[in-house]
Amino acid sequence: MKRYVAIWLRHLLVDRVLLTRPELEGKPFVLATRERNRVVVEASSRDALKLGIEAGMVLADARAVQPDLEVLDYDLALPEKLLRALAEWAIRYSPLVAVDLPDGLILDATGCAHLWGSEAAYLKDIATRLKSSGYDVRTAMADTIGTAWAVTRYSRSFPIIAPGEQLSALLPLPPHALRLEAPVIEKMQKLGLYQIKSFIHMPPSVLRRRFGQTTLDQIGKALGTIHEAFEPVRPAEPYHERLSSLEPIQTAAGIEIAIQKLLEKLCERLVKDGKGARQAVLRCYRIDGEIQQVQIGTSGPSCSASHMFKLFELRVASIEPALGIELFVMEAPVVEPLANAQEALWDLNSGNKITRIAELIDRLSARAGSGVIHRYLPAQHHWPERAITEATSLTDQPEIEWRTDQHRPVQLLSEPERIIVSAPVPDYPPMLFRYKGDIHRIKKADGPNRIEQEWWIADGLHRDYYAVEDEQGGRYWIFRLGHYNEELTAEWFIHGFFA
Amino acid sequence: METALKKSELVARLRSDILALQGFRAPALGVKHDDFGLGPVMKAFPQGVFPRVGMHEFISESAEQTAATSGFMAALAGKMMKQDGLCVWVGTRRTVYPFGLSQFGVSPDRVIFVDLKKDKDLLWAIEEALKCDALSVVVGEIKELNLTESRRLQLTVEESKVTGLLHRVSPRLSNPIAAVCRWRISPLPGVEDQILPGIGFPRWQVQIEKVRNGEPGSWPLEFRDGTFELTSDSVSFHQYVSKVG
Repeated sequence: MKRYVAIWLRHLLVDRVLLTRPELEGKPFVLATRERNRVVVEASSRDALKLGIEAGMVLADARAVQPDLEVLDYDLALPEKLLRALAEWAIRYSPLVAVDLPDGLILDATGCAHLWGSEAAYLKDIATRLKSSGYDVRTAMADTIGTAWAVTRYSRSFPIIAPGEQLSALLPLPPHALRLEAPVIEKMQKLGLYQIKSFIHMPPSVLRRRFGQTTLDQIGKALGTIHEAFEPVRPAEPYHERLSSLEPIQTAAGIEIAIQKLLEKLCERLVKDGKGARQAVLRCYRIDGEIQQVQIGTSGPSCSASHMFKLFELRVASIEPALGIELFVMEAPVVEPLANAQEALWDLNSGNKITRIAELIDRLSARAGSGVIHRYLPAQHHWPERAITEATSLTDQPEIEWRTDQHRPVQLLSEPERIIVSAPVPDYPPMLFRYKGDIHRIKKADGPNRIEQEWWIADGLHRDYYAVEDEQGGRYWIFRLGHYNEELTAEWFIHGFFA
Repeated sequence: METALKKSELVARLRSDILALQGFRAPALGVKHDDFGLGPVMKAFPQGVFPRVGMHEFISESAEQTAATSGFMAALAGKMMKQDGLCVWVGTRRTVYPFGLSQFGVSPDRVIFVDLKKDKDLLWAIEEALKCDALSVVVGEIKELNLTESRRLQLTVEESKVTGLLHRVSPRLSNPIAAVCRWRISPLPGVEDQILPGIGFPRWQVQIEKVRNGEPGSWPLEFRDGTFELTSDSVSFHQYVSKVG
């Protein structure tokens, strides 16, 4: 015998809005959407409901009732998304949870309630937990989905319908409780059939002729004579593989074989789902109870077992098997959808090329540590330290062209270094300068080229740059900091070397 | 007479066979080889073809030479990368300014810099990069390496056909390594009585100290509009021939 729980989240969307925007509490607001050239209210808050603003109303009418009505966008996909998340949460109560659009959940609670002590405690726990998280909720339990659904929405009586008592529970309820189609309900109202008890005992042939087969089916589903399909939500399974060994494994070769096997299984699943791992964790459970863990990261989603194996291979030495490892668990905690193979990068001829380079980068950063790989893009700044920015990924493209008209050195010192110069007159290049004990006599010079600090980024003096060449042909990029000042000796720096 | 001719033919054929075995491919008829814009320097190479499949060693002693060498290597790398190639630049204490590379025909966003923290990772990283045949060229800034290590890199290059440029900044001893070519690039002062002011184009004394199966030499070059040209004044032009294997 089955037992079902129906959960009705009466103000699902409104409660959700209040959870994310608590400042709307106590204000009338509606969620509205455009429908055939008019804006229609899809859900209204409790305060708006009190004013008579209901779902299905045209927004203009609602505004006439309440001019300062807050209007929010209605997201068509939101109810399903919310319910799905709630359904995954509700798996704590039953392994089988289905989404009941637009505002409910159905739980197959067969054999679950006793874990909470009783059916009443079970229902109470569900209701209090949902209420404490801010949702207006009503629950009911019955032998059939139909009856449980009807009791949540249309009954004020005790919500637990004892086994086999569906009929007596349904009798006083309106025909809406049978989840009938709108025209059928309208017809019943016209005929004065305001309660289920006024037609449920009619012969089936009469009901079929008057209201159609679906009405009979719905009655059957509510009473339990017809089976109702139930489609439970499946939570996304984590990418997780395990391999237990018959004998404890102690050797590096054995660990490598285990890693290879696990990665093959994991990658098979990833490929099937069109996903790639960004991170993979290997946990080795030793027989003495310790857990050894190694982790790798990739620069792009990868589903290549051989590539990930290479990354793990570098870490195998850090695993201490001690007396032996009895269980290996491989997990991919971070996965991303695989980019299309066609996705062109740097107009490379083959997409294969970029994956090979990404794999190379992964190997390099796996061994030498993160933060060793740099790629630069041009930035719209003249200040030399800011003229390049670091690219965040391999696929970043420069937004502006690299400038070749600016004379910039091929070697740049990370910090400009102080030099001693003798310069003839202001704004002329120096005649000679001393750098690291050597005196360089300047033969030729270009400049000055003044580069200002960008005041909106940093404070500081401007730099007057000169490109100079000495007798030996060495070319340097030197600058004077700030204006020439008679009282103070000007500060000169060397910043780079030209080729 | 006839036998002498046959003999010289035979020797020529054997020589080209040996070159092929060593990784130099003879220019096939009708196939245009990249001339790298190196002009007169091309004559130094066996059969006038730049040895792509091999390690090139660059030695620099001073900061000025280092800068000149970086520029020259960037220009070479730019020729090898062409439009869609990629370059990996491996080093530990990098001073190369990516922006400055754009003047040598390299799009700096196509260069991936690997700035390692430890010297002992250098050789491994260079070898890993050379193994990746999706790259066009790998530049490695490494101070010391011995014959065995360089031989290993050379073998990797022969496998993957990715050109390797090794930059050795002031090495303690310039021991022989298994490179096809040893270069030394030093800056040259500009022309004395130049009408135009300023420092002008980069000028280098390009010296090939050793080249396998080729003729070492030294040339004053100027890098102008993406090509190497002999400087107009040939005062410092000085070509010497030495028997270096």
